[in-house]
Amino acid sequence: MHEAQTASAPAPATSSTRRGFLISTTSAGFAMAFTLVEPSLAADPADAKSAAAGFEPTIWYDIDRDGIVTVNIIRAEMGQHVGTALARIVAEELELDWTSVRLRYVDTDPKWGTMVTGGSWSVWQSFPYLSQAGAAGRMALLDEGAKLLRVGRSACTARLGVVSGDGRTISYAEIVRRGQLARSYSADELKAMPIKAAAERRLISQPTSAIDIPAKTTGAARYGLDAEVPGMVYARPKLPPTRNGCRVSAIDDSAARAIPGYLKSLVLNDPSGTVPGWVVVCAESFVAASRAADLVKVTWTNSAAASVSEADIQSHGRKLINDASGGALVVEDAGVDAAFTAAKFILEREYTTATVLHFQLEPLNALALQKDGRWEIHTGNQWQSLILPTLAKALGVEEKQVLMRTYLLGGGFGRRLNGDYAVPAALAAKALGRPVKLVWTRADDVHFDSPRSPSVQRLRMAFGPANQVTGMQHHACAGWPTQVMIPAFMPKGKNGAPYDPFAISGADHWYTVGAQRVRALSNDLANSTFRPGWLRSVGPGWTNWALESFMDEAARAAGMDTLAFRLDLLAGKTQGVGKNGADLNVAGALRQAKVLQRAAAKAGWGSKMPADTGVGLATSFGQERDMPTWCACVARVHVDRRSGVVKVEQLTVVVDAGTIVHPDGALAQVEGASLWGLSMALHEGTEFVNGQVRDSNLNTYTPLRMRDVPPLDIEFIASAEPPTGLGEPATTVIAPAIANAIFAAVGARLRHLPMRPADLLAALKTS
Amino acid sequence: MNTPTIAFKLNGQALSVTVSPDTPLLWVIRDMAKLTGTKFGCGIGLCGACTVHMGRRAVRSCITPISDVAGAQITTIEGLSADGQHPLQKAWVQTQAPQCGYCQSGQIMQAAALIRRFPDPSDADIDSVMNGNLCRCMAYVRIRQAIKIAAAEVQGGAPNA
Repeated sequence: MHEAQTASAPAPATSSTRRGFLISTTSAGFAMAFTLVEPSLAADPADAKSAAAGFEPTIWYDIDRDGIVTVNIIRAEMGQHVGTALARIVAEELELDWTSVRLRYVDTDPKWGTMVTGGSWSVWQSFPYLSQAGAAGRMALLDEGAKLLRVGRSACTARLGVVSGDGRTISYAEIVRRGQLARSYSADELKAMPIKAAAERRLISQPTSAIDIPAKTTGAARYGLDAEVPGMVYARPKLPPTRNGCRVSAIDDSAARAIPGYLKSLVLNDPSGTVPGWVVVCAESFVAASRAADLVKVTWTNSAAASVSEADIQSHGRKLINDASGGALVVEDAGVDAAFTAAKFILEREYTTATVLHFQLEPLNALALQKDGRWEIHTGNQWQSLILPTLAKALGVEEKQVLMRTYLLGGGFGRRLNGDYAVPAALAAKALGRPVKLVWTRADDVHFDSPRSPSVQRLRMAFGPANQVTGMQHHACAGWPTQVMIPAFMPKGKNGAPYDPFAISGADHWYTVGAQRVRALSNDLANSTFRPGWLRSVGPGWTNWALESFMDEAARAAGMDTLAFRLDLLAGKTQGVGKNGADLNVAGALRQAKVLQRAAAKAGWGSKMPADTGVGLATSFGQERDMPTWCACVARVHVDRRSGVVKVEQLTVVVDAGTIVHPDGALAQVEGASLWGLSMALHEGTEFVNGQVRDSNLNTYTPLRMRDVPPLDIEFIASAEPPTGLGEPATTVIAPAIANAIFAAVGARLRHLPMRPADLLAALKTS
Repeated sequence: MNTPTIAFKLNGQALSVTVSPDTPLLWVIRDMAKLTGTKFGCGIGLCGACTVHMGRRAVRSCITPISDVAGAQITTIEGLSADGQHPLQKAWVQTQAPQCGYCQSGQIMQAAALIRRFPDPSDADIDSVMNGNLCRCMAYVRIRQAIKIAAAEVQGGAPNA
């Protein structure tokens, strides 16, 4: 696949030193690029260590002499059809005939800036720059087209890849062939580039098909697992008992030598410290490598993590929360303690979540080889810019000597943000002096997943004399992926303590709750036992579970309908302190109230339910306050009191993500995100037992299957607001809506994820 | 070690391989025949990503030893149709079913066996036959819809609502 991808590589940038936008004719046609320094993904850019982390992506496209427009996609294609959405943005402003558009999923190169695909950021981040890039191209083509047509510039319009004026026309292809397109724009000019009004859009928000789909129905689509080079060795990792602190003390491969094709077992020497104690078993086929790995006997020195289990991690979390002086204060309004001291009554609840696996269907794999004086890593990955420096360190070379070739991802869901799996492939290829394709078995993949950490959260609410909300606290403790993998990305709380924004976001909600405190705590025992990961919907996937379960409990404690209670707190009353500003609070809260009202209306909120059947609702602003995607869900469930089995009868989901660039792709994302939420609510979850996750494959780990899919009623709010993210937000509202529906159905309150029949039976006894 | 030669047909073409008889069919298809449309997911026959046809039956190639394949006709996603235009493939595109796409070869091969057996499948038929195929992206709603559309095309009628 990468052959085709690079076959028509764009001409190099004509300037890499100047911030600006360049359009120039080249032998290949017409190439454009812009380099625009934007605020880093890091909350505190000064802390960002690598040069790459401090840059917004550089975006390219080119138009060839036949008018074919190839858009360079620097995002990982992992099911979200991101290439189609991003190309639509370019094509809209460039006024293209959509059939002339092609995608090029690019390999790593510093010119692209930060390469990361996660956080539901892709469309949201790229929209302004891709729009400006497309608009700049349109202006240049109009200018040149007018000259070639000998028509006044103001008489010309661009549409469907053609410039027209005074009844004459010229195609973009012909302009590229005949014109003088050297033209550059300053950053300021770019910023001022006129972007079309929403009413004039012809592609964005219109139905289209995803470009990546047909190849996924014929077996032609190529994933990392399909990468191959001549002479490569197959390998499988032999993994130590735990992530951290294991060393190989003895290795015996005598039994493995009986396997035909077995080559050798390598004890990795890793200067980057990514894979301590890992062994790579090499053979002439994957089957031989896998079987040999089963037979190789390795003795490891034990690490302390080998005696840690889930309950230890959770009780450690509780202990940390109990110490009021610990953690980072993410929101700290004046008067929180006073509000609680003066309260008429206080509601306090604890919510917990179990460890969750990514279980992306394509097991981890990477092919590493040395070619033309540099290292090539062939694999699907979500955060190339994070792992490239690590790979360079592991190999003892400069970063520019490592290239990552891009492949489709057989699922990402955040697992492939952690590129650890490329390191052992590279080290093995270096040690062996041959290309090595390292493939994890499913059990290997699960064993060293970077799972979603278990969490403990304590929520408190203070009520005044009229049962009005006067204060709120949210304390959350979990393993912190950002602390473990890229601490420079951690902003500082109000008390100066750094925190993982991806392990607290969601708790800083839009409700008006009086004096508010949000405190994030890192569970150091989790961090040392395993490598916590970012998993689809990251922090809000569990903070919102606690928040929206708690809001239901709070409404009932206040004697109010759970919808009315939420709407009252989302009425756009300014909060004054501690948030992003009063205006955003008002507008945001009102947009959130709107999705909530719409979902409730669609689902017939308030109607009478049959026995043991109930509806529950939950709402969310998605992933981050800076990128709010407003979601609401009404779940309808039936509870079997004898078995404790919950049947989800319907999920009604309403989303306001601003402008919807690719409507069917957006719908698919919300379908998948909603069902992920359902799967994590009722079907998934594992636990650490003596330093390892209990489940290793589908015999005991049981994600949602076809049979358990309920009817979905999904609606987007029509909006011309800027687009926000869609891959994750809907995930965050499903579990609490189901928990709240269970309570409505049978009066049993579940405060642990996943919600198992046994938990429900136990709760029914005490309800 | 005894490594017999095993002969079978793969997508209509005669093939002989000399490998350990307990080698899973999946790896013969992928690494020896170089047909990579069939995917490795769980290795224990529980995700369905490796589904191929042995004769007219859908089987999990990751747990099918090559010795069981001697003399059989194996069909993979690459052999389902000459041009990628099998009614299921068309319906998969029409409904935009694939997300990451990794499971879809297996889903389509399983669905092909399904509609052969149940030309007008009910939801219950689809549930029982397709439940063994995990879609981690959870594109289940569209997979169900696509199966109904394809079955209807094969039947020349309207899909079973």
